[in-house]
Amino acid sequence: MSDYSNLKTEEMVLNMGPQHPSTHGVLRLEIKLDGELIVEVKPHVGYLHRCFEKHCEAMTYPQIVPYVDRMDYLASMSNELGYAIAVERLMGIQVPERVEYIRVIMAELQRIASHMVALGTYGLDIGAFTPFLYLFADRERILSIFEETCGARLLYNYIWVGGLSHDLHPDFIRKAKEFVTYFRPKITELNNLLSYNKIFIERTANVGILPIETAINYGMTGPNLRASGLKWDLRRDDPYSIYDKFEFDIPVGKGWVGTLGDCWDRYFVRVLEMEQSLNILDQALAQIPDGDVTSAIPKRIKPAERQIYTRVENPRGELGYFIVSKGGLQPHRVKVRPPSFISLGLMNELCKGHLVADVIAILGSIDIVLGEVDR
Amino acid sequence: MIIYEYLSELFGSPVLASVIQSLFPLIFLIPFALFAVWLERKVSAFMQDRIGPNRVGKHGWLQTVADILKLIQKEDITAANADKPLFNIAPVLVFAGSYLAFAAIPFSSAYIGSSIDLGLLFIVAASGFVVAGILMGGWASNNKYSLLGAVRSAAQVVSYEIPTVLVILSVVMLTGSLSLYELSEMQTSSIHNWILFGGNAPLLQKILLIPFMFIGFIILYISSLAEVNRTPFDIPEAESELVAGFHTEYSGMKFAMFFLAEYANMFAVSAIVSAIFLGGYQSPFGYLGNTLGLTWLVPIEQFLWFSAKGLFFVFVQMWLRWTLPRLRVDQLMALCWKYLIPIAFVNLLIIGLIVLIKI
Repeated sequence: MSDYSNLKTEEMVLNMGPQHPSTHGVLRLEIKLDGELIVEVKPHVGYLHRCFEKHCEAMTYPQIVPYVDRMDYLASMSNELGYAIAVERLMGIQVPERVEYIRVIMAELQRIASHMVALGTYGLDIGAFTPFLYLFADRERILSIFEETCGARLLYNYIWVGGLSHDLHPDFIRKAKEFVTYFRPKITELNNLLSYNKIFIERTANVGILPIETAINYGMTGPNLRASGLKWDLRRDDPYSIYDKFEFDIPVGKGWVGTLGDCWDRYFVRVLEMEQSLNILDQALAQIPDGDVTSAIPKRIKPAERQIYTRVENPRGELGYFIVSKGGLQPHRVKVRPPSFISLGLMNELCKGHLVADVIAILGSIDIVLGEVDR
Repeated sequence: MIIYEYLSELFGSPVLASVIQSLFPLIFLIPFALFAVWLERKVSAFMQDRIGPNRVGKHGWLQTVADILKLIQKEDITAANADKPLFNIAPVLVFAGSYLAFAAIPFSSAYIGSSIDLGLLFIVAASGFVVAGILMGGWASNNKYSLLGAVRSAAQVVSYEIPTVLVILSVVMLTGSLSLYELSEMQTSSIHNWILFGGNAPLLQKILLIPFMFIGFIILYISSLAEVNRTPFDIPEAESELVAGFHTEYSGMKFAMFFLAEYANMFAVSAIVSAIFLGGYQSPFGYLGNTLGLTWLVPIEQFLWFSAKGLFFVFVQMWLRWTLPRLRVDQLMALCWKYLIPIAFVNLLIIGLIVLIKI
């Protein structure tokens, strides 16, 4: 055997992003490499910082709604829902039942749309281009439904404090039902094309394993937490709106093809969640009552001096709003608990010892949106 | 062959004839590359429920021409810290490597660039040439992504040459020839003479050989995919990880050279696969020219058959690319060293045995 001890190896620092096709936005990862093995990953955030929280202090409560849209721009409806619920609880407003139903329908459609982006871009990260376009084409159907409802495709300003900006258009229920029946078989198609693909499984199974203890310690929520095996979903465990009226399962990771909590589990939990969202939509679309959607909107939103923390189950995890009111027209402080930001904190833990290609696989699987990370 | 003789007679000098003949593949290659790029975009669009290019020319078939014109006009950027001589040579070298392979590919019985006896070996060697260019480009760019891509590519191409050579060896044991021209001539007249179906061996031997020939064919096709860096083996240029791998820093015509080389390579490996296993330029049904008594028509038909077979495999490459995800670099190596090479070895031994016992 030759002696290689005098050979010097060098760690290489690879700068991934902010202009990189797979960082899902303007994220910069500082990756320390030993050959192709990862020694350390350091995420640098802030390229998209827009002072959301500071901004809120200068605006009235209804004015904040459009800003909330722009946090997790792939799940604007869910963001609005969380904010509306927070302010309503702050003021003790009871909204009509029709409003609650419409909100749930919107939030679940949004969850499906958001998961479509997550799964599609994840396939893209792994190198499969086609599922990405299939899913985006299907997402377009949801966006069209949204567009017909409230005029916007991405940033809706639809769910207001105490109600909605306006009622559904007459064709909405039919179109939403059509989408539900259309999309169910598409999930099977996605599974056949991507989920059960041997290469895809090779790339994602047993990669980036997140044990349940670590997940809890890092404050992971949403699909990332459930993929590690914990059945924790705010829609069931801390019900808001009218989620307690619906029958649905909470899919959890089972280590189907690899270890519990690996990338494939995180991916597949999202696939299953889309099915469950379709179930909720089925029920909600069938039961939706008539009523006025603007009746409960207060003329002037001026909560008493108090503070509140509410949380909702966003597609990416638990979105929390901490609002402090000093009795004025503007909130004194709005603090957001962004699920993406907290998920991003795990990057180093998950990536250590993997290969460069796995960074992409892991980053894609925790599904972050930079608009929410930076706010 | 005939064309070469005709040319040397015409010019009265074999040297001049050789020089002119060496440009012939280019006449084929450039329209092919233009067509293949367009085809790739149309195929992918078709598979992804899109329309694809449809603005320039009917069905967008002039799109690639427009793209090339754009690339020619573009500023030729050399990164500030690049190693300029190497940076400039690399694309030429890569293209030269893939162009070299065309010298030994028999397009029809009337035309083969150089009918050397060691054609197959020459092609394997020539494809090794490409690696040097890729490494050069990756290193000279002075970009970490490019370097990673280049190193991966070198490892990949060198590894996958082993199963390729093993399969070629097993074919050589059956046919006793390394010349692609002779191989093609052997597989004449009908499908059952294709080497995929045991070539000219006696019947019983043929039946024994068929399954192993199929295994060899599949191994060769998989390794050819790896050698041209196509999905699922497009790790050197893995877009989602390394942006564009070794050619990240290239722009304008130099980028176009890499692009052209990629498509040239795609056809080259497809042509080799079809020349070795699927009868090369031989028609599976006999020739129209022979039936009509027009002998000059036969080489043209052969050329069309050869292009069709090559294009079919190019199409399969595209099909795979738009269906499959990408392997990781260690999995790629594992596939090669743990599966393909052992299987190819066993296959080689079995084929050798069958040929040896001469049933």
